[in-house]
Amino acid sequence: MTSTIEPEVGKARLRKEDARLITGRTRWTDNLTLPGLQHMAVLRSPMAHARITNIDTSAAREMPGVLAVFTGADLAGEQGSLPCAWPITEDMKAPDAPSIAVDTVNFAGEVVAVVVARTAYEAADALEGIDVDYDDLPVVLDMEAALVEGADLVHADLGTNKSATWIFDSGEAGTGSDVEQAISEAEVVIERTYRQQRLIPAFMEPRAIMVDPTGEQLTMWSATQIPHILRFLLAAQLGVPEHKIRVIAPDVGGGFGGKLQVTPEEFLTFLVARRLGKPVKYTETRSESLQSGHHGRDQIQKLTLSARRDGTVTGLKVELLADMGAYLRLVTPGVPILGAFMFNAIYKFPAYRFVCTNVFTNKVPTDAYRGAGRPEATYAIERLMDELAVEVGMDPMVVREKNWIKHEEFPFTTVCGLTYDSGNYEAATAKAMDLFGYDGLRAEQRERRERGDTVQLGIGISTFTEMCGLAPSRVLGSLSYGAGGWEHAAIRMLPTGKVEVVTGSSAHGQGHETAWSQIVADQLGVPFEDIEVLHGDTQSSHKGMDTYGSRSLTVGAMAVIAATDKVKAKAAKIAAHMMEASEDDVEFTSGTFRVRGTGAEAAGVSIQDVALAVFAAHDLPDGVEPNLDSEATYDPENFSFPHGTHLCAAEVDTETGQVRLRSYVCVDDIGKVVNPLIVEGQVHGGLAQGIAQALFEEAVHDESGTLTTGTLADYLVPSAADLPSFTTDRTETPATSNVLGVKGVGEAGTIASTPAVVNAIVDAVRHLGVSDIQMPCTPMRVWQAIQTGQTDAGGLGDEAGGGLGSIDPSGGAQ
Amino acid sequence: MIPSAFDYVAPSSVDEAVRVLSEAGEDAKVIAGGQSLLPVLRMRLAAPTMVVDLGKIAALRGVREDGDALVIGAMTTHYDVQRDQLVREHAGLLALATDTVADPQVRHRGTFGGSLAHADPAGDLLAPALALDAEMVVRGMDGNRTVPAAEFFTDFFTTALRQGEILVEVRIPKTTGWSAHYEKFNRVAQAWSIVAVAATVRVDGGTIAEARVGLTNMASTPVRATAVEQALVGQPASAETIRAAAAHAAEGTSPPADGNADVAYRQHLAQVLTSRAVATAAGV
Amino acid sequence: MRITVTVDGTKFTDDVEPRQLLVHYLRERLGKVGTVVGCDTSNCGACTVHLDGHSVKACSVLAVQADGCEVTTIEGLARGGQLHPVQQAFHDNHALQCGFCTPGMIMQSIDLLADNPDPDEDAVRHGLEGNLCRCTGYQNIVRAVRDAAARMKGGAGPEAEQVAGAPAKAGGGQ
Repeated sequence: MTSTIEPEVGKARLRKEDARLITGRTRWTDNLTLPGLQHMAVLRSPMAHARITNIDTSAAREMPGVLAVFTGADLAGEQGSLPCAWPITEDMKAPDAPSIAVDTVNFAGEVVAVVVARTAYEAADALEGIDVDYDDLPVVLDMEAALVEGADLVHADLGTNKSATWIFDSGEAGTGSDVEQAISEAEVVIERTYRQQRLIPAFMEPRAIMVDPTGEQLTMWSATQIPHILRFLLAAQLGVPEHKIRVIAPDVGGGFGGKLQVTPEEFLTFLVARRLGKPVKYTETRSESLQSGHHGRDQIQKLTLSARRDGTVTGLKVELLADMGAYLRLVTPGVPILGAFMFNAIYKFPAYRFVCTNVFTNKVPTDAYRGAGRPEATYAIERLMDELAVEVGMDPMVVREKNWIKHEEFPFTTVCGLTYDSGNYEAATAKAMDLFGYDGLRAEQRERRERGDTVQLGIGISTFTEMCGLAPSRVLGSLSYGAGGWEHAAIRMLPTGKVEVVTGSSAHGQGHETAWSQIVADQLGVPFEDIEVLHGDTQSSHKGMDTYGSRSLTVGAMAVIAATDKVKAKAAKIAAHMMEASEDDVEFTSGTFRVRGTGAEAAGVSIQDVALAVFAAHDLPDGVEPNLDSEATYDPENFSFPHGTHLCAAEVDTETGQVRLRSYVCVDDIGKVVNPLIVEGQVHGGLAQGIAQALFEEAVHDESGTLTTGTLADYLVPSAADLPSFTTDRTETPATSNVLGVKGVGEAGTIASTPAVVNAIVDAVRHLGVSDIQMPCTPMRVWQAIQTGQTDAGGLGDEAGGGLGSIDPSGGAQ
Repeated sequence: MIPSAFDYVAPSSVDEAVRVLSEAGEDAKVIAGGQSLLPVLRMRLAAPTMVVDLGKIAALRGVREDGDALVIGAMTTHYDVQRDQLVREHAGLLALATDTVADPQVRHRGTFGGSLAHADPAGDLLAPALALDAEMVVRGMDGNRTVPAAEFFTDFFTTALRQGEILVEVRIPKTTGWSAHYEKFNRVAQAWSIVAVAATVRVDGGTIAEARVGLTNMASTPVRATAVEQALVGQPASAETIRAAAAHAAEGTSPPADGNADVAYRQHLAQVLTSRAVATAAGV
Repeated sequence: MRITVTVDGTKFTDDVEPRQLLVHYLRERLGKVGTVVGCDTSNCGACTVHLDGHSVKACSVLAVQADGCEVTTIEGLARGGQLHPVQQAFHDNHALQCGFCTPGMIMQSIDLLADNPDPDEDAVRHGLEGNLCRCTGYQNIVRAVRDAAARMKGGAGPEAEQVAGAPAKAGGGQ
């Protein structure tokens, strides 16, 4: 008899996934091969906006090993349009989104031709045999200019560069009062414009796709976060019967939203393999990934906050411009809308208005990137709270505390109409302040200022919350999203008592195999080791909504638990029969059914015994099918609202503008924790990405629309040497919206950290007349801000620095 | 990404290499460590028809003393330069600068001579070579010639090497007993220098007896900050004199402008970093 | 061009195109797909292997340059069914999430420890500056490397030998 006494949930279990990953026994899509496999290479437009006047592929077709060359004209009849699942308004303008340009290219990096050859080397060579003639069209890059009457147009047929305007107004919604009135009556009004620079998800595994058209089902392997959605949309957009498609996401090397996409390359590999009747693989290069995989953020935020002189906030008005890039990808238009409900954050604003205008430009399309909409909102409000503190002469933490929702006020319905189920901002803040040594650092800051030290110290605060666990289907429906937010799971009880857990969540580094095993071990009372988690293959896990938006635990795992409940209910009937007891008298503890009241020492029937009995099926109660397997689909009632207090101490070298993070402390409250090791890892990685937005990363286009940060030499993903060690801790206020009391953690670190860092930098040099520095806070921007006391130093860089510029185009010498 | 096809030769002697290179003409490219060349080939920014690999020529590797000079074989890896006792003793500046080149993997492959011949003005070894008055020993079909560092670097990625010539070794006058510092400024650890300053000084009884200062990425070639050197020599090794001398650091420079740094910022950095480099070198 | 390379203890002789990158030779010809390609510019370090005992980025070495050399990849570390102490430390310290950077990160960590058996945090961070990870924020990687260092202290028999790896020819990559 097997029983697990100590609960698995809460244990720092080492990951099951690691064994293959640390030994190189991995199944990245690019590692896979098939008999007769052909290789696809892609020719991309160097022009940001142009008409294609001619494509000559004749030389390429003659090159060794080349099977076929396709242009847009060849595939126009069957390529359909790439999907956009989120029409945010009824009148939203959405252009056709071809996978391969037919007559016009709208961003540099768009596909104009593909080659299929015997080897990847031959395919790459053949790209040089394709000659494309372009006629320049005017390039639209600047969002504000794009909206001016008479502006050049990205899509002439739409007649405008404005895709949609989406509005939430608390006065109109009845969830709060009128913001204009609040502003007009305010004692203090803070107006600021912040720029969310364009970022690139930069997952480590470049995307790869392999399609085998030779079986009854066309099988696509793809480095994707969303195998289930991909299968549905291949069917829906390309007119292929859904049951004739199988999608597999094997080991996937990170996503961060960047693989939450249905890509041109997926459609093209599919179409080309089908046309040729041969298996075809495409693996993007890093440069292609950076210049054509979707980007993130890219907003201009015009903000007005009203308050009383005592620091009490009275209203918040948010006017956004959001850069869509050239096309609307899967959830492009909705990303800024995901932030709409989060600008008010943890604070009790009585009045709120949010207006977002989505704008087309001739740039790479934007879409989800870790946090998607919520980092932008958090950045804006947490920067504003610091500005308010300065304006009213209060400590920035005191201002926050004055305005935040007190722990006894939960559940709390916000000015956006969301109900925050639980939280304790006081507890997280107290713990963080203690770990940070807030008062001591403030004292040192004063001392350095008085001394006129060349290195100044700043302290940045971010007391954030976010909404995640996407999402209640009815809420998605009310936001015009094209699908639901449920998740599916199934439990298979094998005859030997081992368990297969089938999940619609699609892990790409998160550690679901470990966490789901822990959860199921507790639910079914079987050993952790006896559980196998199956995911990422539409043949084994046939139903799912996949992984993004910190949803897997709060939605996906709830489906798993619901399925285990059904297994237990089925097993209880059989166990009762086996023990010759009434089902009503049977209880289930630690994997064993016993007759109630007989005590833990009494003999019972283990769930494994039941599984074997069901396999034999010799003696089951009448009318009971010989099957314990169960499935469940779970639709959440509410979002989850993790929160936390992040504190950053930054040293600014005023002579050079260089920023050094001296310490970073965060205390996150993500409710109950399944595996503290995995949680800590998620926080670390999230912090790194949020800090990278504050300090390092920016996707820059030059005036012709060419991405100048098109390699990892120019797009500065930080290394170990560029980041500090973090102090992380937790408080635990259980969510009331799910049975485990858990909240999401995947995005928290990214959402919270960016404003903490920028607040610290500005705080370090505020006495020198600086009230803002544009992200990323490069040494030059910081130094220029100090020199001029400008509030908006640095401008938008229009050239990448130093990197590939330092690779000699002539080829170098020795 | 995948390079274009090329022929490959790995000569076993310098003479053979020079002959192969002369015969192959302009479309041939020398590969030393390949750490700059291979990314360029992969991006297809260059497509030589022949690559001549110096990797099999053992005579091009190693460090030896020759009277008042150190002689470093062109194919000596950064890793070996970093660790070489002679370099640390007699050309400390070079050892320190080499520590900052790229990352450990690149330093295992990349070579001293390769970096100099590549002549990237953002590369970290050019300014030290210039500051140390290195001499480049170059072999062509007509035999050896020696080019002073000041004449070797002629423009962005351009040197005095002629068609068919190979850099075989670098002679560096010893600066035994001098102290040194290489002050590198960049945004992330593995990035190229936005600006860097190579400084080495001989302090005698509290006075700066000799000083050499070279600047990285302040022009199309490395720059010798002669005005700084002149202002330092004979002065007491103090923070004030060093700061005053460093104020001359941007004189005569014509730095590039890019998203990381415009001209004014680079010139400002040159002054600040020169002050820091010299002060650290002088132990101030 | 014909080359002979010993990879993870097995000698291979193959005809290769001069332009073939070592990493492609390993992956496509030898099936050593544990070593991966993450970028075009030698920034990410995902392809790090050992060449004659020193870490190199296999995307920036031609297969022909490895002629006559010994290559060790992530697939050649575990011996007799036992993980290398650095592999074990990565697992024990949760130093990986998606795992794509992990082979390169482990190979570079082993090289780092061979040069500096007792690195402090700063030395580990700088020793890994040529390897990018997007998941972990590096904190647990740093912890793992220092943990591995502690485990391998004092020339701990076979484990220490594993760190020395192939004979360390001076200059490694020429």
